[in-house]
Amino acid sequence: MLTFTLRRLLLAIPILLVISLVIFLLVDLAPGSPMAEIPLTVPPDVRQKMIEALGADQPVFVRYLLWLKQFFWIEPMTLYDGWFGTSIVEGQQRILSWQSRSPVFTIIGQRLPQTLIVVGTAYLVGIMIALPIGIYSAYRQYSFFDQVGTLFAMIGFSVPTFFSGTLLIIIFAVWLGWFPTKYDTMLEVTDWQSFLQQVKQMALPVMTLGLANAATISRYMRSSMLDNMTMDYVRTARAKGMDEKVVVLRHVLRNSLIPVVTVIALGIPSIFGGAIITENLFGVNGIGAALIGAIHANDLPMVQTLAFIFAVLIVLFNLIADILYGLLDPRIRYD
Amino acid sequence: MPDGALPVLDVRGLKTVFRTRGGEVHAVNSVSFMLRPGELLGVVGESGSGKSVTMMSLIGLLPSPPAEVRAGQVMLGDRDLLKIGPRALQDVRGAKVGFVFQDPMTSLNPVFTVGSQIMEPLMRHMGMNRAEARKRATELLALVGIPDAQKRLKAYPHQFSGGMRQRVMIAIALACDPDVLIADEPTTALDVTIQAQIIELVKDLRQKLGMAIIWITHDLGVIAGIADRVMVMYGGQVVEQAPVAELFADPRHPYTRALLKTIPSLTGERGARLQVIEGQPPIMTAEPVACPFRARCAHAFARCEAENPQRRAVDDRPVGLGHDVACHWSPEGV
Ligand SMILES: Nc1ncnc2c1ncn2[C@@H]1O[C@H](COP(=O)(O)OP(=O)(O)O)[C@@H](O)[C@H]1O
Ligand code: SF4
Ligand SMILES: [Mg+2]
Repeated sequence: MLTFTLRRLLLAIPILLVISLVIFLLVDLAPGSPMAEIPLTVPPDVRQKMIEALGADQPVFVRYLLWLKQFFWIEPMTLYDGWFGTSIVEGQQRILSWQSRSPVFTIIGQRLPQTLIVVGTAYLVGIMIALPIGIYSAYRQYSFFDQVGTLFAMIGFSVPTFFSGTLLIIIFAVWLGWFPTKYDTMLEVTDWQSFLQQVKQMALPVMTLGLANAATISRYMRSSMLDNMTMDYVRTARAKGMDEKVVVLRHVLRNSLIPVVTVIALGIPSIFGGAIITENLFGVNGIGAALIGAIHANDLPMVQTLAFIFAVLIVLFNLIADILYGLLDPRIRYD
Repeated sequence: MPDGALPVLDVRGLKTVFRTRGGEVHAVNSVSFMLRPGELLGVVGESGSGKSVTMMSLIGLLPSPPAEVRAGQVMLGDRDLLKIGPRALQDVRGAKVGFVFQDPMTSLNPVFTVGSQIMEPLMRHMGMNRAEARKRATELLALVGIPDAQKRLKAYPHQFSGGMRQRVMIAIALACDPDVLIADEPTTALDVTIQAQIIELVKDLRQKLGMAIIWITHDLGVIAGIADRVMVMYGGQVVEQAPVAELFADPRHPYTRALLKTIPSLTGERGARLQVIEGQPPIMTAEPVACPFRARCAHAFARCEAENPQRRAVDDRPVGLGHDVACHWSPEGV
């Protein structure tokens, strides 16, 4: 398993380099100028100076190589310097956002926690709702419970979050007044009072995303359980006189979880990507919102960096999913 | 086997029906048989004749729906397994009745170690703790002829060959020292040499442990070597039943006679073609009112169309105890 992991990590390097180049070129080729949002009254020579100051006049491959160096060397070492008080890369140019002139990673550092808290909680809630529903739906296939579960999943699948989110806002925030309509990014949890407030403002976005997540995962869980329920080894477990609970929750579930865990792991990068629509709808100032803002402003370094981080996470979690598969299924040996 | 001994298992008038979308399938129709202590009953019949469904009905192993055990009595000792309820039946399965299935490749759970799968029934039925169960599981593996048992306990099913997995299945079935072992075509999925080894193993275990065995097969050749008594099934019914020597010496039912002709003989001249029975076994969509074999029977006559033959004694012993047959025809002439 260790050699497999190392081999895959080494293989990831050329893959990620190619991806980074593709992302860089694609984003760069897109029409638009970093000056798009600067008022037209600014004289052209001043504009030119501003562009030069950003480094945006450099040829694309120069900017790519600089970006590579910044991403893989300067940024990690800046973090290192910050932790250990050293000054290895002090004064060296970090990846700067064209829009705000501050380092891209500083912005990400500010935005990511919001996303992780809201979208991450929604993912966890989704999983926690989905697994029991999927298991019981399969165990009682075609029962009333299963039919309701199917309906619920279909709604979760097909209704877009901008609709379900708006609906939840109307019901729970406007009519019932239980939860706020907007997420307050500035809220700091310091005591019981503010914690409750945080929970309340998270409730609606978490519900919106959680429903969508639960719909997908519960379907996976259900069909995986159904696949296993008719297996011969299940009959063997019954023939041994094992309790129905043991048969379903030990024998069947343990096998059914293998593909589901993989799917869950593969879905984790999307948490970091944020849920662009939901974040916008509820005013969560997270990564999704940052990405949209950067695209609007032609903030190429920000878009390139975020897209590449996303690519890294996908490659990483693909590897993690494979490793989990190997851990959960004794038949799979990578070495 | 002493004729007078009380049977360990006494099945009477068992009827099992599947409710499917296309209507009912009467898979088992009034099947009766008994099993005496230490006896080996061979059950033969083509694929689809109702052997597996009969045996799974006994201990509630059929998924319901679609299966429904509609009538009958299954006396294990002095208890009717069809009446005792699902909880009590669970206590019987794996403890009093052990089951070995046809396909050892799929019958073990791939994600648990062989050891834990043998230990499960021990802890469930015998009240053993892990340590005791592990010790007993080691003994069981050794008993079924798996070398280096202690170490193999930690292996997963996929690390075993088919024959070894079937030995593990036998170890599981015998774990709690059952009164009855039901082996449903335990060697059909195995190579011929492995088949012979498994048969030898069961013969040997029977000597050592003395349980009664129901051995299902569609191979009469296997039956000849191990069974005390044989029950031939066709279309969900028992068509003939007799002590093994009598069945081979004097088969009465046209189906049994045809089956016997399909056994390849070791001494027979090469190139002599096996006789096959033309046609397919029927799927019973209703309770039979005629002989289920009539479409394929060389001796069929008018009565076979009008009346489903009941089992009748061929000798002076009562039906079920000696040699009986369910056929309107007899070799000596009607
Ligand atoms: N799940 C099922 N649904 C409907 N019919 C079934 C089902 N299982 C078995 N049967 C019927 O029962 C008959 C006997 O099957 P089985 O006992 O498996 O035969 P065998 O003698 O080969 O073990 C089959 O011919 C089939 O028509
Ligand atoms: S009852 Fe008639 S059809 Fe059936 S086996 Fe006997 S002779 Fe053949
Ligand atoms: Mg069968």
